[in-house]
Amino acid sequence: MSDTHAQTVAYVRDTMLDQKPAPRSQVGAIRWVRENLFSGWFNSILTLVSIYVIFNIVAGSLPWMVGGVWHAESLSECRDILNAKFGNTHYACWAVLTERWNQLLYGFYPETEYWRANLAFFLMLAAIAPILFDALPRKLLWISLAFPFLMVWLVWGGSVWGPVGAAIGFAIGALVMTALARYGDVPAMFGAVLAAVVWWLFIGPSVMGGVESLLPIGHLKEVESRELGGFMICVIIGIAGIALSLPIGVILALGRQSDLFIVKIICVGFIEFIRGVPLITLLFTASLILNYFLPPNTNFDLTIRVIIMVTMFASAYMAEVIRGGLAALPKGQYEAADALGLDYWKAQRLIIMPQALKISIPGIVNTFIGLFKDTTLVMFIGIFDMLGLSNAIRANSAWNGIYWELFIFIGLVFWASCFAMSQYSQWLERKLRTDHH
Amino acid sequence: MTTMTDPPKGEGFRLSQLIYDTRYRSITIQVIALLVFMMFAAFLIRNTIINLETLGKDIDFSFLGYSSNYDINQRLIPYVSSDTHLRAAVVGLLNTLLVAFMGCILATVIGVIAGVLRLSKNWLTAKIMTVYVETFRNIPVLLWILAFMAVLSESLPVPRAFKGADATASMWLWDSVAVTNRGTYIPMPIWGANSAFVVVTFLLSLLGMWMFSKYALRRFEATGKILPTFWIKLAIFVVPSVVVYFILGRPIGLSYPEFKGFNFTGGLHLRNSMLALWLALSFYTGSYIAEIVRSGILAVSQGQTEAAYALGLRPSRTMNLVILPQALRVIIPPLISQYLNLTKNSSLALAVGYMDLRSTLGGTTLNTTGRELEAMLLMMLMYLVVSLFISSSMNLYNKAVKLKER
Repeated sequence: MSDTHAQTVAYVRDTMLDQKPAPRSQVGAIRWVRENLFSGWFNSILTLVSIYVIFNIVAGSLPWMVGGVWHAESLSECRDILNAKFGNTHYACWAVLTERWNQLLYGFYPETEYWRANLAFFLMLAAIAPILFDALPRKLLWISLAFPFLMVWLVWGGSVWGPVGAAIGFAIGALVMTALARYGDVPAMFGAVLAAVVWWLFIGPSVMGGVESLLPIGHLKEVESRELGGFMICVIIGIAGIALSLPIGVILALGRQSDLFIVKIICVGFIEFIRGVPLITLLFTASLILNYFLPPNTNFDLTIRVIIMVTMFASAYMAEVIRGGLAALPKGQYEAADALGLDYWKAQRLIIMPQALKISIPGIVNTFIGLFKDTTLVMFIGIFDMLGLSNAIRANSAWNGIYWELFIFIGLVFWASCFAMSQYSQWLERKLRTDHH
Repeated sequence: MTTMTDPPKGEGFRLSQLIYDTRYRSITIQVIALLVFMMFAAFLIRNTIINLETLGKDIDFSFLGYSSNYDINQRLIPYVSSDTHLRAAVVGLLNTLLVAFMGCILATVIGVIAGVLRLSKNWLTAKIMTVYVETFRNIPVLLWILAFMAVLSESLPVPRAFKGADATASMWLWDSVAVTNRGTYIPMPIWGANSAFVVVTFLLSLLGMWMFSKYALRRFEATGKILPTFWIKLAIFVVPSVVVYFILGRPIGLSYPEFKGFNFTGGLHLRNSMLALWLALSFYTGSYIAEIVRSGILAVSQGQTEAAYALGLRPSRTMNLVILPQALRVIIPPLISQYLNLTKNSSLALAVGYMDLRSTLGGTTLNTTGRELEAMLLMMLMYLVVSLFISSSMNLYNKAVKLKER
């Protein structure tokens, strides 16, 4: 049997064949295209429609952008140049940006003082950096602490001793708080606030006035609030609102979750009222009727009034975001904190808040982004932000009728800022993730 | 048994217990909070009274009954300039509600399409939707409103371009829609003598559809037999209304826009202010809704789909019966807040001159009567009522679809 078998087999392969390459349609770009763009009739239609849309957008806008004029004094000059060059005016006139970029960024800030605005901006980046990235040296946090006072001094000008006096008030408060810490949190807080207020209202002004007459240094040219504008005012209002709304939002959220009935009612009323009305009505309140509620003859700066209103608005939204974070925390965490014998504030500070804030990072950053975008609404109450300035530029006869170049510039500035914020929040979420997926 | 927390016996109430004893401390804190709050409120009210006195003003809402003396170019109810300020405010409120309602619908449609397409397996479409979402979310809505207004008023043909033999622009949809830089003109229904019957028939057929689906469900639960509900419902939806419409001799007609003189007449004139606000709000909010829809679908775990396939459900039934009901629970709460945001953002109508609540009561009325305090309070109250109404009604719906737990 084995003989016959041996004779019937004429040939036995004794080496492995080399692997053949996969069929052309199953590798590389072709496979990718087949899988991602043409995997079925519906998919193919989608692809064709998408290509059509992209083609239309690019064909419509790219020549317009690339062929644009960068140097001209007015829109009519721009059109003359385009007519001479292409025979028609279907191209952008970027000259409005090269002519007016400083106005869009700084508003009516005096040109000789631009360095102050620039310096404040870079200090802001330096102050934010150590807060955003904990890999940076912790010493940089001193810049963050000093920044608010530096910024007020640099932007509005005046004597350096005013902001220094305000800073000393905070320092005194901090000192009193550490000194009284052993009597408990509440007395320490109370003492600190009292000491700071006494300094600001009674001791500070006279002391700082004396220092100023002795050491008349660091006096910058004063700039009125109505001279601020453009991107600068958005950043000032945005940063102030962001920095203030987070702590206020935390307090409101805790108040809303609290067992204390009256505290809860007050917080719920505030949050629901603010969330129920549009921001624009609050801004009009700031500009029209806030003076009714203040003691007679008080009149403070419109920018500060706007910052207060924007902060109130954002903190109500922040409170809801953080309340979501608190609600998402398992009850066991609260019970564990109680079991360790921590009191309310220690439990909040050490156990609850770090976790609740981590859960609510996306919501918090979304609120920040919303707040920053909402700073454009100040144009309605006579502050010249970028959109207000774009209207003002259009009102000038030289640039009457120019829309897209300005809109694209403003849009790009906002897009870059907001996109950076959302990317940071995603990075932070990944960094703080503790579960292992 | 005496535990550590029991108060020492034989001692009365000491004042220090108000701070150190947890049983009394909460009362102390609340009393202090209430006092501070009342003092603050009293401070504000006292300032207001003093300030009003120095200005020689008082709080008086009687201005609402006076003749308003201004025109509102867009209105849902009859209004002339000799009507009262109150009526002007109501016209404004209705305009706010109109643009908010239309905006919510269009934003939902755009958002659902964009959200689903962003999850599409088609790489190009998904990327386009990502670009749409990121562009609209990261640029202020006010800029979008101004940009849409600029598109409508700057780049569309003037009405004159539609005129004569050498017209450079033409109307859309078989000469029924004219898109011009002064607004869009669409056909307007003309309600004839017997049109009420058609409308009633249509409403009755909606009721019939609802009753039929209830019946189909009951029958399915009793017998396990599935009726072809979609086709039957479609028939109930269309057939009776159409039959009645033709039997009564076509009582509902359409008035088409026509070019006469220098502008279009006839048809319904949709102003650019309204279109710009509506489109900008819809596309802006749509980008948020897209993200909500996308995260809602992603939140339903893959195992649910696999389980449904394992049970032998077809993909469409899997979507309808397994994925969507679960995704909706995740989608609805943030969707409510987007609707609220859209309604509140409609107050940016100011930028394009759409006469909403803020532009009537909080704008012209406030400026002409000088009653800032009253007008602002009333306007805030109206917005507050609208917001609370939307959130509570949507919360009711949310409660209906919520997962029923113990």
